[in-house]
Amino acid sequence: MKNKSLISITDFSKKEYLEILDLAEEFEKQPVQNIANGKVVATLFFEPSTRTRLSFESAANRMGAKVIGFSDASSSSTSKGESLVDTIKTVSCYADIIVMRHPLEGAARLASEVASVPIINAGDGANQHPTQCMLDLYSIRKTQNTLDNLNIALVGDLKYGRTVHSLVEAMCNFNTVFHLISPESLKLPSSVKMRINEKKLKYYQYREIQDAIDKVDILYMTRVQRERFLDIQDYEKVKNTYILDYSMLAKTKPQMKILHPLPRVNEINTNVDNTPQAYYFQQAQNGVYVRQALIAAILALK
Amino acid sequence: MSKKELVVSAIKNGTVIDHIPADKLFQIVRALDLKDCSNQILMGNNLTSRKLGIKGIIKCQDKFFEKEEINKIALITSYVTLITIRNYDVVKKIKIEIPDAIEGMVKCYNPNCITNHETVLQKFKVIDKKDIKLQCLYCQKITKIETLTFL
Ligand SMILES: [Zn+2]
Repeated sequence: MKNKSLISITDFSKKEYLEILDLAEEFEKQPVQNIANGKVVATLFFEPSTRTRLSFESAANRMGAKVIGFSDASSSSTSKGESLVDTIKTVSCYADIIVMRHPLEGAARLASEVASVPIINAGDGANQHPTQCMLDLYSIRKTQNTLDNLNIALVGDLKYGRTVHSLVEAMCNFNTVFHLISPESLKLPSSVKMRINEKKLKYYQYREIQDAIDKVDILYMTRVQRERFLDIQDYEKVKNTYILDYSMLAKTKPQMKILHPLPRVNEINTNVDNTPQAYYFQQAQNGVYVRQALIAAILALK
Repeated sequence: MSKKELVVSAIKNGTVIDHIPADKLFQIVRALDLKDCSNQILMGNNLTSRKLGIKGIIKCQDKFFEKEEINKIALITSYVTLITIRNYDVVKKIKIEIPDAIEGMVKCYNPNCITNHETVLQKFKVIDKKDIKLQCLYCQKITKIETLTFL
């Protein structure tokens, strides 16, 4: 993985991302490791995403690296009309690795073609967000002690949710049974279902969380956004169907965990937060270890 | 050469684009920018064809198409035969084919794709040759024949 950019989850082989998860485990045991002294990590956020940026900066700091960069495009030279290509070429001279988020799809791929240092994609529009996917995998493995042969429910907006698409794609390597819970108009796209079929895996589709919640090891929640509905009445009809409440957890499998990429709005009632099934805040915490592992592996510090 | 087979007169040197489906002729003319071409051009449409029923044909004097131009034709229709003429003789006859990859001639249909905002060579993988589906190597979105525009 040395000097390799991470733009899409498919850029790394199954073996490679399992190595990252193992390395992340080491960082979880020992988060502060001064192995990146003298290294410079650039975080270029052409669109703001405080959560993701802080997670990367925390990861870099815990390894002793210095962080440079900007948190939204207005504070960068982009606001003066500089092209992405020029910005990336310039920052390549200042940093050992570039973490970038950009509102346009394909921006990270283009950056990786012109940069002289490796790029980590921290989200390019609606396209890819591979580190989110890796921390999801880490959280699944940590809570279930395996990635193999699991029953995973994906809930909410399965049509537009990029984290859902990447997670399905990655979990297709592990003999997963998928339980897809969504409104009719937000079902998983056929291009993603094709991936499941190619691996000859099973998927089931449901309208309500209760229909699947007791069968699964992981309940992966996403938000159903009003903007996704052409007809506001359709939204009103389904909006409460995809809200998880404490009362729905009575008969789940004992080790079942609830994940959510965060931020949540109202799709998980706060009365779920203190249940043994709630795992979304630890999941965010795991993001730091996974990002430490990625930076360390790509900079060949480990 | 009988009158029945050849309604459009012959050229001395150049290229003949033959067996064009009649409804694709003007798309090809547009894609190749033939309206701005100063060479002698002979064109016919709705001509009788044993293969297609009716067909179109374009003959360009002293013009030999580049690979990129041929790829453009292929994306519009892959039925076409491309004939190279030298001194009134057919020296080469090829059935054109859709390539596996396309570079720099098609616009990604996705308005949020970086290629529509930065100066960058557009690149696509051809994932379906029959129904023409081009996957952008940057944003991963698929441009189909209905959404395809040439640069
Ligand atoms: Zn594109």
